[in-house]
Amino acid sequence: MSSVAVAAAEGASVPVAMAPSQLRAVFRRFWRDRVARFSLVYIAFVIVAAVGAPLVALLTGHPPDDLSHQYEMTTEFGLPKGPNWALHFLVGADQFGRDLLVRTVYGAQISLLVGVASTAVALVLGCAVGVVSGFLRGAVDGLLSRTVDVVLAFPILMLALAIRAVFGASLWIIIVVVAFATWPYISRIVRGLALIIREQEYVQASRALGASDLRIMWEHVLPNLIGPLIVYGTLIIPVNILLEASLSYLGLGLPPPTATWGQMLADGQAYYATAPWLIAVPGFALLSTTIAFNLVGDSLRDALDPRTGQATL
Amino acid sequence: MIVRRVVWLGVMIVIITALTYTLFFVIPGDPAVQALPRGASPQTIAEVRHRMALDKPVWIQYLYFFHGPDLIGNGHASGIFNWPPNLGYSFKNQQPVLDTILDRLPVTVSLAIGGVILWLLVGLSVGIVSAVRPRSVRDRTAMVFALVGVSMPQFLLGIALLYFFYFTIPIFPAPTYVPFTEDPLSWAWHLVLPWCTLALTYAAAYSRILRSSMLEVANESWVLLARAKGLPRRDVVWRHVVRPALSPVMTMLGMDIGILISGAVVVEIVFGLNGIGNLAIHALTTVDLPVIAGTVLVAAVSVAIANLVVDVGYRLLDARIQ
Repeated sequence: MSSVAVAAAEGASVPVAMAPSQLRAVFRRFWRDRVARFSLVYIAFVIVAAVGAPLVALLTGHPPDDLSHQYEMTTEFGLPKGPNWALHFLVGADQFGRDLLVRTVYGAQISLLVGVASTAVALVLGCAVGVVSGFLRGAVDGLLSRTVDVVLAFPILMLALAIRAVFGASLWIIIVVVAFATWPYISRIVRGLALIIREQEYVQASRALGASDLRIMWEHVLPNLIGPLIVYGTLIIPVNILLEASLSYLGLGLPPPTATWGQMLADGQAYYATAPWLIAVPGFALLSTTIAFNLVGDSLRDALDPRTGQATL
Repeated sequence: MIVRRVVWLGVMIVIITALTYTLFFVIPGDPAVQALPRGASPQTIAEVRHRMALDKPVWIQYLYFFHGPDLIGNGHASGIFNWPPNLGYSFKNQQPVLDTILDRLPVTVSLAIGGVILWLLVGLSVGIVSAVRPRSVRDRTAMVFALVGVSMPQFLLGIALLYFFYFTIPIFPAPTYVPFTEDPLSWAWHLVLPWCTLALTYAAAYSRILRSSMLEVANESWVLLARAKGLPRRDVVWRHVVRPALSPVMTMLGMDIGILISGAVVVEIVFGLNGIGNLAIHALTTVDLPVIAGTVLVAAVSVAIANLVVDVGYRLLDARIQ
């Protein structure tokens, strides 16, 4: 959870308006970064793997919940067996004889979908609350900020459980739960930025010309937030992926037999001594994906604010 | 300021526990039926429902959380405003919730204390070392580790540490909780792996924050002034850069410690430690309302207290706030 706060504290740059030509310059700076380029390619690879998961299942001949190989792929003590290329188990099987590779690529679907969709929801909600609260100030700000405090102190796990119990554990419910956990952080960041923007000359000029609050927020505050929001958005995707994985690990995510990385790791922990690949494969997938998103986010931040890359002490 | 804080803490507790009760009553299922063996007579169920106060409307049950009658009939009225304070009785094992929480608290507090000390030591020193020579080999190496640390799920690191340092090379014992009063050395030795899991993931975040915050402060006019006066570099860094740069770190520390005391859920589950987090998850999955409400209360109070301590710390650290 603290990584959201990292994103918040690190990207303390003053917002700047972005003309299309500037955006191109930012993108050029970003593209010059070799590490970022590689990370982007890696993320594309994960997306392809997730989308192509049914194809992987087809090629290996093992659907994700196929239990028909339990006899061949587990020992007489019920322990999972490692790679068996003759049976097309490229990285081994779990305790039910299900193909670990197939389940890992299916798990990528859930991680990416939840990570990206919940970030989008959190950005919209956090941005709306943050802009209104920072721009209007006064009683509205007080009320909204206190609400944010309450949400931050509210145990997210309990909310996850309650929502699951009532609405069932669907993909959308998980997305809502994860978004609910991260929007307050975005709202705090955006509020801080909106407090700065509202004092800028162009806002005062617009107000002098008789623009309404709503119009100023839409035409002056929001466009100036785009840069920081792209950076935070990218940095919050891995946070949300980790959150979804933690929920699944604790048994509060999507119910089995859906393949999720957190759930696979939780199951694999029981066999970590005899079948370490149950940890290694989904663990690597999860860690490498979050690292890639963090690298892209870091690089985007440096591209948007070149000074951060050159600071000295 | 303290008075306002305490009032706000009270309001926060009321809101959060009220939300807890509301959410709980949306969850289907009758705790009384679940607590009893199958085939219990309707009279028994009614009797148990009465003892659990389930025969009252939700808002009455909520009021009982603060000040209620003696439902169990053992001479102790329920409610946090009665003396001695009482958080009710678990639906599952009929134990007093307060006792259960106090029983689990040492585990979580031990986990938090060691973890926090370790992560501050690692995180802050790495952050300072990195910021002093930005873009040096040392800085880049440290930041690669920090990047892996912030991207690492705690449960994955925990499992990996168990695999390498308990199973493959058995340096550390199986993580269990040995009370500090019993054997301090053994207490620490058994908690090394959980501490490392907490510390490494958090330290990564802290070093990144401190590094960027220091580099930002380095542009301030007072740093230039200190340099112009000819102060030794060591003094400039420690007195004029590190001190003000610690503010964002303190903010985060307040939040993290508060959340940690209310249960380092993932670490407790990975290592099978019976702390507040484990208790909360267990209560949640068995829909044990009094225990859930109790752990939520602990969470709200610890977050508020940690934030208060941090605010006082701010005043000591940052001359601008005075």
